[in-house]
Amino acid sequence: MSPLELVAENGLRAPDLTGDSPLAIRGMTVSYGDQPVVYSVDMTVRQGAMTAIIGPNGAGKSTLLKAALGIVAPLSGQVTVFGQGLDATRNRIAYVPQRASVDWDFPTRVSDVVMMGLYGQLGLLGRVRGLHRDRVQACLARVGMQDFGDRQIGQLSGGQQQRVFLARALAQGADLYLLDEPFAGVDAATERAIINVLHELRDEGKTVVAVHHDLSTVRSYFDDVFLINRRKMGEGPVEQAFTVPALQATYGGRLAEGQVAQLALDAG
Amino acid sequence: MLAEALLLQLGYNATLVTFGATALGVAAGATGAFLFLRKRSLVSDAVSHATLPGLALAFLIMVALGGEGRSLLGLMAGSALSAAAGLWCVSALSRHTRVPEDAAIGAVLSVFFGFGVVLLTVIQSVPLGRQAGLEGFLLGSTAGMLFADAVIIAVGGLAVLAAVLVLRRPLTVVAFDPGFGETQGLRVARIDAALMLLVMAVTVVGLKIVGLILIVAMLIIPAVTARFWTNQASSVVLLAGFFGGLAGYVGAATSAIAPDLPTGPIIVLTSFVLFALSMACAPERGVLAALLRHRRFERLVHLRQGLLAMAQGQHVYEARTRRLLRGQGFMRPDGVPTESGKGEAARVLRDEARWQVVRASAHLSELAVRDDGLTPTEDVLTADQIAEVDRRLGTPEAV
Repeated sequence: MSPLELVAENGLRAPDLTGDSPLAIRGMTVSYGDQPVVYSVDMTVRQGAMTAIIGPNGAGKSTLLKAALGIVAPLSGQVTVFGQGLDATRNRIAYVPQRASVDWDFPTRVSDVVMMGLYGQLGLLGRVRGLHRDRVQACLARVGMQDFGDRQIGQLSGGQQQRVFLARALAQGADLYLLDEPFAGVDAATERAIINVLHELRDEGKTVVAVHHDLSTVRSYFDDVFLINRRKMGEGPVEQAFTVPALQATYGGRLAEGQVAQLALDAG
Repeated sequence: MLAEALLLQLGYNATLVTFGATALGVAAGATGAFLFLRKRSLVSDAVSHATLPGLALAFLIMVALGGEGRSLLGLMAGSALSAAAGLWCVSALSRHTRVPEDAAIGAVLSVFFGFGVVLLTVIQSVPLGRQAGLEGFLLGSTAGMLFADAVIIAVGGLAVLAAVLVLRRPLTVVAFDPGFGETQGLRVARIDAALMLLVMAVTVVGLKIVGLILIVAMLIIPAVTARFWTNQASSVVLLAGFFGGLAGYVGAATSAIAPDLPTGPIIVLTSFVLFALSMACAPERGVLAALLRHRRFERLVHLRQGLLAMAQGQHVYEARTRRLLRGQGFMRPDGVPTESGKGEAARVLRDEARWQVVRASAHLSELAVRDDGLTPTEDVLTADQIAEVDRRLGTPEAV
């Protein structure tokens, strides 16, 4: 019996309201060893919105994203992307991993990394043509890195590395963008550049989901939030779901008093 | 004699062997480059050592079936099977237990190799018809190689090379960013398995020429050598193929004139010479280049700090700095700044001031990461930007 059937049999599967949601997760449980990191989580992402996944350290934010993408094998659960299975929709998804997940001393140039975003189109043997190089250059320009194409990736600052990853995702020309902590450890200029690009994408009708750490910028950057601490702790538009009680429930005692006061103030 | 060997004038068979060794070297270098980029170099050691029991068992089975036991294809099939078994043990140990991969590799390769040596000893102590000279597979030997063997090696090498070429993109993506590869529909486990299959093929094909103990060197050393010369994965692969091919060619040609010398070690030593030269001389990542770069950097730091001290009217105490300043004609032997020294000091001071403006500026501050205390603003800013900075320097805000 597959894990999927198990979920269905136990009646844990939520009613199918997912429709054509860009990303719908049902009954997702992921464990590392015998330790569940994500437990029976449902998530429905709204088309054309920017959604922040927030929660304390170790709450399973990145794991949820990775399991949704099939990078980590879930124990149980079902993922649909635009109403279809993952395999049918891979070319509509772009993933921006955490910066620290790769070795930046790897022998490759900035433009080569962005070109990887086109490998899906190129296939095994397709020749790289002028139009592909133009596309790479255009994506680099969009994140303000047009002058860095020939640089070795190890020579970049952390913020520049993050922008290269975003440019690679742009090259894929996807409809759904999943980002794992795109603002972690980047300079202010990079954060501005990235958020501008993400807002542009949303305004073009694309859907953006990002694991996010900084509670103070949730309100200004995002439309929707998804609160997680192993289990789902809340979901919805920022005005409704990003509330002090919900955050206290998600973070437990880990939310500093000052933060709570500030958030309450922001909420008006 | 050596010249004749290198120019392939020692006869048909030697020429063919040399061609086979070259093809194998290119294939091993290119495959090894991806292994190196994936940071799994050591796995090849387990693969190669795990071939020995299969080799010996294949010999025994072929003899038991009434054959001669020398068929290279049969021996290759046996070693491939036991290499696969060894690989399976390594991955099962590291996946299902808490044994880390390096420890699993060490355990598996020694157990398989030990078992193989026992089988070899048994084979040698029992009169089993003509012995196939299986020891030759330990360190490689081209002496008495058959025409058909050389063809198998050359064809095998070229086939591996073709497969590497086809798989270059997925192999590169998985080596750099496996998570991203998975989202692109690449099954990382399958790509890794394909890479292991190629490594196994290289090992098995190379058994006769290089021997199983040293085939690792043919996979790894060319890649490490290539890395000194380039910062691009595709070039690492190409160069590694080139270095591997060169080593295979020289090794096989040399052993054509001295059949008593084992081929494997000569190939490895040739590889090592290429490696040592590259390590020393490569322009950017080489040891000499790094040393020169560091010396130059030290000089620049001393000079700049000395000039800054001079600009602020301070005395320069450090002997090395004084020597450098005098050498540049910025300071008289008695420690007094010369005219050109004063000019240069003023220039350096202005550069520092410009950097301060850049750091504080809203739209230029991004460029301030290039400020390492040495780079002049002229190298980073455009003429317009410098003019703008100088305008701000010229009119300090009222306090």
